[in-house]
Amino acid sequence: MLLTEAPASTDAVVEAASVDVVLNGVPIVRGASLEIRPGEMVAILGNNGSGKTTLMRALLGLIPHRGEISLFGTPLDDFTDWSRLGYVPQRGGILVQQATAREVVSSGRLGTRRPFLPASAADRKAVDAALAEVGLADRAGYPFVRLSGGQQQRVLIARALATGADLMVWDEPLAGVDRNTQELLAGVAARLKQRGATIVMVLHELGCFRPLIDRTIVLADGRVMPPGYSHHEHDHGHEDEPGHDHSDHDHRAVHGGHETGELERPRTTHTGLEEVS
Amino acid sequence: MDWFSLAFMQRALLAALITGVTAPAIGTFLVQRRLSLLGDGLGHLAVAGVGLALLTGTAPLPLAVAICVAGSIGIELLRESGRASGDVGLAILFYGGLSAGLLLAGLAGQGTGTLSAYLFGSLLTISAADLWYITILGAIVLAVTIGLLPQLFAVSADEPFARSIGLRVRLLNVVVVSLAAVTVTVSMRTVGLLLVSALMVVPVATANHVVVGFRNGLFAAMGLGAVAALSGTVGSYYLNTAPGSLIVVIAIAVFALSWPVSRALQRRHRPVVELPDDSAPAVHELAETHPHVHDADCGHLAVEHAGHTDYIHDGHRHAAHEDHYDEH
Repeated sequence: MLLTEAPASTDAVVEAASVDVVLNGVPIVRGASLEIRPGEMVAILGNNGSGKTTLMRALLGLIPHRGEISLFGTPLDDFTDWSRLGYVPQRGGILVQQATAREVVSSGRLGTRRPFLPASAADRKAVDAALAEVGLADRAGYPFVRLSGGQQQRVLIARALATGADLMVWDEPLAGVDRNTQELLAGVAARLKQRGATIVMVLHELGCFRPLIDRTIVLADGRVMPPGYSHHEHDHGHEDEPGHDHSDHDHRAVHGGHETGELERPRTTHTGLEEVS
Repeated sequence: MDWFSLAFMQRALLAALITGVTAPAIGTFLVQRRLSLLGDGLGHLAVAGVGLALLTGTAPLPLAVAICVAGSIGIELLRESGRASGDVGLAILFYGGLSAGLLLAGLAGQGTGTLSAYLFGSLLTISAADLWYITILGAIVLAVTIGLLPQLFAVSADEPFARSIGLRVRLLNVVVVSLAAVTVTVSMRTVGLLLVSALMVVPVATANHVVVGFRNGLFAAMGLGAVAALSGTVGSYYLNTAPGSLIVVIAIAVFALSWPVSRALQRRHRPVVELPDDSAPAVHELAETHPHVHDADCGHLAVEHAGHTDYIHDGHRHAAHEDHYDEH
């Protein structure tokens, strides 16, 4: 099932053709094309600096790009149906002083909520349900900054769930979270998939999501690798990464009789540092 | 209470109340976006408007509002496009505004004495027309701030996410800085242009000490700002000082008093590390001789697992067991 090519279809949820992204004069994504079909769960893999987070941001229209991108069959420039998107950015970018977990999750409803009007009963119900889904109903009143890293990640996932979106886009949901949270998030993803949601994730390692992933897209040096290319087979992008410890990629373990043979083993020394791309 | 029957004091108190609630309301968003000092810069910029008004003989308030709002929008658009490289561009704009204001006032034959009424507030100078401006502009600031609270919160907390759900991020950012500019300018008669920034930041910091939640924090900051502004205004009548200085001193004193409350709150919401139940080793190891008693206030990180609480101590997990601590 893994690493198979998607058959051509016209009802793609995400479609990108020859997408280039240049940030501060540096080409980060080069000629990336991809297609994600309804109900698929796709992992975008790649080393640090391979451009996977940047590609994801471009797909959401968060950064300027060249090339064609369409969401739900509508070109990005004309797309307005933002409440169908459940975006989970990397955890480091959140600026909150004393906001509670519930307040952060409530932001997920703003795509459909009208300005100057209070939250409706449906809004509150969606927020409650999202908090319960990630197992944080009892922490709703806690300040976000006082939650553990894994709990903060769950809050951000809950915020995306609260949107009611049918396209989930998660950026490194496993970065710096403990094993328990990883399993919990895999459960959340499995239930989303059951309901027919499309899920795209940028991942460093498949971890607990491995059994759920339909397909992987591997990026190296800003390019989408052909199907069958295995992540970490080559060390693209490592040379511009001072301090990167090559020893934690045990390539022999990956290629020597590993059960899938194509995906790296989960790393035990995940730092959760922010992706530079 | 003789001051209460004086017409100028009634105007001053109403103006102070409006500043006291609006400055922390909009300041809450600035603090969250790490723009605590933007209000100070905008205050400098407004001085240019005052100077221009003195030179042209027009009313200072509308002119200062116009210049300050235009400047704030320019700053925000530059920031968004990434062209305001760091602080230097802002510093040039702000000190340019201050020096232009002083220069224009000088050309108008006015000394710094006239300007200081705008820089640090002045009870006697609030005219009935000023009060109308202050009331209307203050009401607009409050209505927009509270009406758009969830949207403004979302944008200042996480811009990429706000964009991803289709919020008009640029517009909302412009709204925040414009409201900040209006707030700064309308407070020039009470707290003054050089001190208003304190009222946008200090009550917010105090509120963060005493309440939990963004919305609660905003309303608590408004209450604290009102108390500081009103008591400072009355106090300055008796002390015969510029009201701005006393208002800010009171706000900072309240902030200092809130420190112990903050400590207690932090203990209640100590970060909790969860461990799976099966991670508890079965070993019964005696902790090293342990003169310290672990409890909720000891400062060691609390870890809940298997139905009890451990405390992280020098990299070990200590669990209370009768009269000693076990290593977990």
